[in-house]
Amino acid sequence: MASKAVLTGIHFMNGDEACAEGALAAGCRFFAGYPITPATEVAERMSRRLPQVGGIYIQMEDEIASMAALLGASWGGQKAMTSTSGPGFSLMMENLGLGICTETPCVLCNVQRGGPSTGLPTLVGQADMMQARWGSHGHYEIIALSPSSPQEMFDFTIRAFNLSETYRLPVLVMADEVVGHMNERVVIPEDDAIERVDRKRPSGPPGEFLPYRPEADGIAPMACFGDGYRIHVTGLTHGENGYPAMEDQAQELMVNNLVNKIKKNRDAIISYETEYLDDAEIVLVAYGISVRSARRAVRMGREAGLKLGMVKLNTVWPFPEDFIRDLAGSVRALVMPEINLGQMVLELERCAGGRCPVRLVGHAGGSIIRPGVILDAVDAVAKEAV
Amino acid sequence: MNQPATAPCLQHPQEELLRSERIPHIWCSGCGIGTVFSCVLSAIRKTGLALDDVAMVSGIGCTGRMAGYIKVDSYHTTHGRAIPFATGLKLARPEGAVLVASGDGDLIAIGGNHFIHAARRNIDMTVICVNNLNYGMTGGQQAPSTPFGAKTTTSPTGSPEVPFDFCQLAAACGAVYVSRWTSIHIRRLTESLTRAILKPGFSFVEVLAACPTAFGRRNRMRAALDIIRFFHERSVIKNNTDPREAPLDFEGPLVVGDFIDIERPTFSDNYSLVHSGQLGEWPNLDRQTHTAG
Repeated sequence: MASKAVLTGIHFMNGDEACAEGALAAGCRFFAGYPITPATEVAERMSRRLPQVGGIYIQMEDEIASMAALLGASWGGQKAMTSTSGPGFSLMMENLGLGICTETPCVLCNVQRGGPSTGLPTLVGQADMMQARWGSHGHYEIIALSPSSPQEMFDFTIRAFNLSETYRLPVLVMADEVVGHMNERVVIPEDDAIERVDRKRPSGPPGEFLPYRPEADGIAPMACFGDGYRIHVTGLTHGENGYPAMEDQAQELMVNNLVNKIKKNRDAIISYETEYLDDAEIVLVAYGISVRSARRAVRMGREAGLKLGMVKLNTVWPFPEDFIRDLAGSVRALVMPEINLGQMVLELERCAGGRCPVRLVGHAGGSIIRPGVILDAVDAVAKEAV
Repeated sequence: MNQPATAPCLQHPQEELLRSERIPHIWCSGCGIGTVFSCVLSAIRKTGLALDDVAMVSGIGCTGRMAGYIKVDSYHTTHGRAIPFATGLKLARPEGAVLVASGDGDLIAIGGNHFIHAARRNIDMTVICVNNLNYGMTGGQQAPSTPFGAKTTTSPTGSPEVPFDFCQLAAACGAVYVSRWTSIHIRRLTESLTRAILKPGFSFVEVLAACPTAFGRRNRMRAALDIIRFFHERSVIKNNTDPREAPLDFEGPLVVGDFIDIERPTFSDNYSLVHSGQLGEWPNLDRQTHTAG
């Protein structure tokens, strides 16, 4: 059956539009946002499409308000998202923290551009990766995906919603200007072929319900506005009953719950793909648009007789620590192209733990990493790592 | 504690709406917030709304703690952000009534931008502002409500700034219901709150309240009773007055009352209209707007 929310078929669209279509297919019915290059096309598409499926698009006064509105809409029972870029991402950090602390599902897509500050509004960057991990104050775990094509903007946005509904937290789609603006083939499947996850809701009597008591899987069911549980939700440190608890034991318990629900489920969350890894001696580890440069570099290298392979990170946070540790023990070197001066490569280096050399191929932003530059770095590390 | 064991266990008249297990509350003795809170609970009951269909959203500060004591779905969010959170909550579940409880600093300083835009959009919510003229929770700092010349911990020789008049601001931004009362106007405040909750659109009720601990003692209102007496002696009720004619003035008469009660389509009404396809192209050039000559 044809559904207005799922535009089944083969399309030629840009990544931002594919992100919007992914959200709609996942069941998103609320978007609050603020225009910003290069993410504006997500909002524009949502402003046209959401009313067609009975949803709400609202343009807020700033990104602080946008993020706050998402959380409100999520507690109102809807799947909600926003999209932004660097400056707006900075403003969203405050209520991202509230979403983490109150365990509120929602999706935030950051179409990255060059920074810091206003930086390069129209040009690519991948320099918000550590902000994605640690940008809001306090200690917490986060889930971030990194699409490398318009097709993945569609697919990963759906997965972002499903992860946010499963683990009850804001999930980040860390895209970039090139992926957001490039037009490519996007295949949208049949409505019933799309996997959708809805948050667990409580079923017991209201009097006995503890809104922040995790079940065996580490996740508490979520009682939304009007479900009759009349719960209290606060950004203060809280106990299982949801009430503020100003003591170190409560802090220990709550923060550990926030961290462990991700850490203990990381095998189910982490996603990566490998290419040419069987006999690879030097492995490129890439995410986002830099996957495309790395893939080209691997093919060029293979043609020249180099034993190159690639790991494509679909999720960047949590980082695939165990996999990288094992990989580092069996290859000559790891090379990471990323459009910054060294962010995810720090994590790569930490996980490699000295088992092999780790090299960055990076620059400060404004253009993609050229495959030739990656090959130069491969040559250099090959000579060192004899 | 010192009551004899035989004392009868009396139930609070608002028991159904209170998280009694959280009492004692954090508010100081002499603070006006408890009185306002009690009026809010009475008003909710008077509306006859099902309690499962009422939510309270708050930001940070003493007044923001109301959300922690009321037994409805309640959300204690970040400083200044109650209104945008409430906007999402209301639009996602339009059948519910959404109340925002906020102090003056929370609502108009850090949250000021959200306040003016929610009023402009006419989002259907009721914003209750307990104005105690300072940041009470952090110990009494200058706020955008602090009267010119009043002393606070960050204006020790008197505030050099002119405060906002909240009711004028709300009215200018398009609020459909605007009232100002003090914490001594219990019956009138409760009636205003009841009307505000039932009124579709952005309703704003300001309540002047005593903060003897943080504000009063640095000024000539040292005891709660001084402030209450001040409210009693200075208040003049002028309903249906344009807020521009009723500036908040601590030197002259303290004008209170129901100032604004108008009809205007809400955000949701207009959202439905623009997506119905019944709205023509903008601007409507066929409409006569002036006469030549």
